[in-house]
Amino acid sequence: MGKKALLLSGNESCVEGALYAGLQFYAGYPITPSSEIAEGLSRKLPKYGGVMIQMEDEIASMGAIIGASLAGKKSMTATSGPGFSLKQENFGFACFNEVPCVLVNVMRGGPSTGAPTGPSQGDVMQARWGTHGDHPVVAIAPNSVPEILTETVRSFNISEKYRVPVILLLDEIIAHMRERVILPEKGELEVIDRLKPTVPPDQYKPFDISNTPMPLVPPMAAYGTGYRFHVTGLNHRTDGFPTNNGELIEKELLRIMQKMAMYKKNMLKHEEYMLDDAEIGIVAYGSTSRAAKYAVNVLRSEGIKAGMLRYITIWPFEEEAVEKLAEKVKFIVVPELNLGQLILEVERCARGKASVYGVNRVNIEIIHPHEIIEKVKELLHGIRV
Amino acid sequence: MAFEYEKYIRKGTLPHIWCPGCGHGIVMKSLLRAIEGLKLDKNDIAVISGIGCASRLPGYLDMNTLHTTHGRALAFATGIKLANPKLKVIVVSGDGDASAIGGNHLIHAARRNIDITLLIFNNSIYGMTGGQVAPTTPIGAYASTMTYGNIDPPFDIVRLVEGAGATFVARTTSYHTAQTEQLIKQAMTHKGFAVVDIIDACPTYFGRKNAPKEAYDMMQVQKDNSIPLQIAQKKKPEELQGKIITGIFVKKEMPEYTDTYYNTIIPKAMGSK
Repeated sequence: MGKKALLLSGNESCVEGALYAGLQFYAGYPITPSSEIAEGLSRKLPKYGGVMIQMEDEIASMGAIIGASLAGKKSMTATSGPGFSLKQENFGFACFNEVPCVLVNVMRGGPSTGAPTGPSQGDVMQARWGTHGDHPVVAIAPNSVPEILTETVRSFNISEKYRVPVILLLDEIIAHMRERVILPEKGELEVIDRLKPTVPPDQYKPFDISNTPMPLVPPMAAYGTGYRFHVTGLNHRTDGFPTNNGELIEKELLRIMQKMAMYKKNMLKHEEYMLDDAEIGIVAYGSTSRAAKYAVNVLRSEGIKAGMLRYITIWPFEEEAVEKLAEKVKFIVVPELNLGQLILEVERCARGKASVYGVNRVNIEIIHPHEIIEKVKELLHGIRV
Repeated sequence: MAFEYEKYIRKGTLPHIWCPGCGHGIVMKSLLRAIEGLKLDKNDIAVISGIGCASRLPGYLDMNTLHTTHGRALAFATGIKLANPKLKVIVVSGDGDASAIGGNHLIHAARRNIDITLLIFNNSIYGMTGGQVAPTTPIGAYASTMTYGNIDPPFDIVRLVEGAGATFVARTTSYHTAQTEQLIKQAMTHKGFAVVDIIDACPTYFGRKNAPKEAYDMMQVQKDNSIPLQIAQKKKPEELQGKIITGIFVKKEMPEYTDTYYNTIIPKAMGSK
């Protein structure tokens, strides 16, 4: 009733999702194929009283959103390959200091300047390990324009609820493609805000977990609200001040990793398609999963029992889903628009119980269903068809 | 009555990390007296820094403080200021942090004229990493990465930020404590991007390879070589060789970024379809 259906691009859908989630601060730098996010927010965010600023570079954009988040605002930036590389140091600062923020990376062909308008899924491992040192990270990869909206909201929710930066991994295909999106009404999707401290300011420690309703997640004060706290990229104690005490350093780093382990199941999301009786498993994510789904349908119509496991949350990686799949299928095919990145995780989790094969492309074209179908048949019959 | 610095210092954070003879502590005291003079509430002040010796300063202050990544303090500070315009935002930075790795953010903060006060602790060297050459090291000076003498012409930070559009630009030295306090006060009162270039001494690393070597003598140089802008203007360029020109170089009113955003962009956007 009265719901608004719009024909949106993926980037526009991301804008709608961010606004729905309560975005109040956006900083960005122009880069193809993500610029429509900045352009959309330039138009819309000030209507909501929020701030959109085009910074002098990608590094500054990442820094600015961390600053704004520490000042209490839901914050986001968007970029693509080269910009994603540039943001990594400050992104690590956010990981280490548990600063909620959303970093959108519309993947394009790489490495280096690569193919600005060409699709890719080449940043999967960079999303996990791009910044130095051990750190927690969440990465989410939707596969359609409407799903970009809901997954943008979920990205903000995870980020705010668990105090962890979230990478929203889009790719050039779903970012630029247009699909029908029904805008959710107020209250239809859950919107979560970060935990605020309940202790008085003089007792507040930014990384203290002794007074939190959510185990391992420290409540977060905002600058300028009477809570005068310190944040540093150095190894720090629970009061935020630097330390060289190895024991305390390890304790704090382990705590943020344990926090991820504890809430991992709440961050995971996957879709199973025709997996119940599947004998052949296809593991896919992002735009490539659309070709994979089509391939499953075709294979099924020919009597081949294929099924798809689609990862929506890529990081943390849901090991159990692949473990389960490997138990029951003859083999697993992993189509990716890169030379084999998530396949490494799939192989690790299959533990040799099922062989794993990639279907890969880096010629800036999409993977077509027939390529997946042919790969499955080739493996089934041991012959090229 | 002696000034009570303690009320601005966080308990348990001292002693500071600065070497004996370093001027950073003197400048920090000037900053605190300036804050006291302006009767500002500690809750309303945010102090942000990058990486380096000077960048450890925020940790000592009982305020809203943030120690960011190398060179990026102004970027983080821009986010904080725009997210909460009521905050008085101060960035403290070394000369390398501000003008080398942070050079891009420096010129763009100046161009935007965002209401941030930047204090540059300018000791002409990279101290924390062990005395490497900085974009402020004089020609011919020795540094651990300029073994045979510096051939890299230095920035004049005052001229750099003036050219980039800063609306308040001043220079002083760590020796001139009263002037430092006054200039910081004026910079913080100024609405817009305000820079105070504070010539400082690093006896540990600059002194190790250059003359004079001792902290006392380096401070004497700051005293003897400083010349107020009004007097300098009457002198010939050759008479100003090696001199530290102090005072206010730029003070002008221009639209401030945060103010313009909230009072122009948001109403415009809200009034449009």
